[in-house]
Amino acid sequence: MTAGSYLYKRHKLAVRVMHWINVLSALLLLMSGLQIFNAHPMLYWGKSSYTGRPPILALTATEDNEGNVTGVARVFGHEFVTTGVLGASANSEGDIVARGFPSWITIPDSSWLAMARRWHLFFAWVFAINGLAYIAYSIATRHLTRDLAPTRREWRSIGQSIKDHLRFRHPKGEAAKDYNVLQKLAYLAIVFIVLPLLVLMGLGMSPWLDALVPNWIDLFGGRQSARTLHFAAAWILVAFVLIHVFEVVVTGLWNNLRSMITGRYRVEAQASHEKPE
Amino acid sequence: MKSPNERRRFVLRAAAGFAALVTAGCERLSRSEWFPKVLAVGESLSSGAQHLISPRKSMAQEFSEADLSPQFRSNGTSMPNDPGYQALAANAFAGWALQVDGLVANPLKLTLAELRTMPARTQITRHDCVEGWSAIGKWTGVPLHEVLALAKPQPNARFAVFHCADPMEEDGSHKYYESIDMDDAYHPQTMLAYDLNGATLPVANGAPIRLRVERQLGYKMAKYVMRIELVESFAHIAGGKGGYWEDEGYEWYAGI
Repeated sequence: MTAGSYLYKRHKLAVRVMHWINVLSALLLLMSGLQIFNAHPMLYWGKSSYTGRPPILALTATEDNEGNVTGVARVFGHEFVTTGVLGASANSEGDIVARGFPSWITIPDSSWLAMARRWHLFFAWVFAINGLAYIAYSIATRHLTRDLAPTRREWRSIGQSIKDHLRFRHPKGEAAKDYNVLQKLAYLAIVFIVLPLLVLMGLGMSPWLDALVPNWIDLFGGRQSARTLHFAAAWILVAFVLIHVFEVVVTGLWNNLRSMITGRYRVEAQASHEKPE
Repeated sequence: MKSPNERRRFVLRAAAGFAALVTAGCERLSRSEWFPKVLAVGESLSSGAQHLISPRKSMAQEFSEADLSPQFRSNGTSMPNDPGYQALAANAFAGWALQVDGLVANPLKLTLAELRTMPARTQITRHDCVEGWSAIGKWTGVPLHEVLALAKPQPNARFAVFHCADPMEEDGSHKYYESIDMDDAYHPQTMLAYDLNGATLPVANGAPIRLRVERQLGYKMAKYVMRIELVESFAHIAGGKGGYWEDEGYEWYAGI
């Protein structure tokens, strides 16, 4: 341990609790959502699925005369053989059967739509209430303006920050106490664009809510477009999480994990390559 | 200090183990007695919140002819495996009559010809299947409130139960049924449809009549309706959950 390093209280209890509720509910929503998707593993653009145009994405399976099942993913008219992962994968007996996403990534692992919906429509409430609580908390405690909104100086340093990220050079010492500008923008985009779109497009699939304000879902291209956008936003969230976890690992896995569990983050005393203000 | 390779292998193995743990744990919870009851809180919340913010007679979106699906998809039963039904179908449902009974002051029977002379409504609406697909069709039929006006439900009637001709088991048992509450029963778009896309409703889509409940998912919209029974509770019918798919674990409230 470097002399002069010290533990600094980085995350408030409320943020830590909401972070882990979010992790749990987002994971369960993704996995149950993929099982719901498997009930009809195709995506369309438009008001309905049957418009005369083919689906924009289809995870299908074909079977030859010997009973061998091949998984085929068709995306915008391009076909890919994806046996074992998409379109066809092993069931609990180890036989390759037709299914959109494989069982190891779905809840439940079998083609049980009713149960997948139970999980999804329960944790959707957990996720939404938690998300609204986070936004309310961030505004009320000024977490949003103090910690998440980029300063004017940061806006000007975006180019440098991109270069630093690509070289895996991350702020150290005192500078590591604040979120960097790319991190801030990523969090803001997820919290205020991707997640609201994800939730809204989920609600847009509800026929009852579609009747609330006449034709509102057409603003997003129709109900089947909403389903496609819901799916796309979910994978944008997955991409964000992969980058987020990668950054957590390369900037000090245990230090970061501890700061999101106990709240305490170790600030090293060594000089940073970027002078603190 | 471990080599980066070892560390990577450890992290990957930990991730795979975590995924296996999550799916195995969720599997056990899904099959437990208590956990699905916790999950069912979601259905109550969704139903409560959606009813709270929606006017009782909020209208489902209606579309134009240009939006019609080239062919309206038939899902589930396409020909009921029932000799009685097949005999009626062979005779263009001339011998068929809709029975309306239960908690009504005036139990009645209506033939298809009689239904066709009653006030009709035509609507182009979207059919959303619980599986995820949607199809748009033009439906013509008798609004259910017209039929209820003749039958005169008693004040204690809380649900309309639709008994259907199609057996859901190979042995001809477990005939399809569904139920809706009185708000939905009196909704202007709730109808007994006898025409689809300007032609007589095909057997594959539920002939002679199918229910339309436009603010809910497709499985609420019973096909091959033979009898409407008004009840105070559906606990005594079949599995007691208010519908064939509800008895199989699907939500009774299918507005989401």
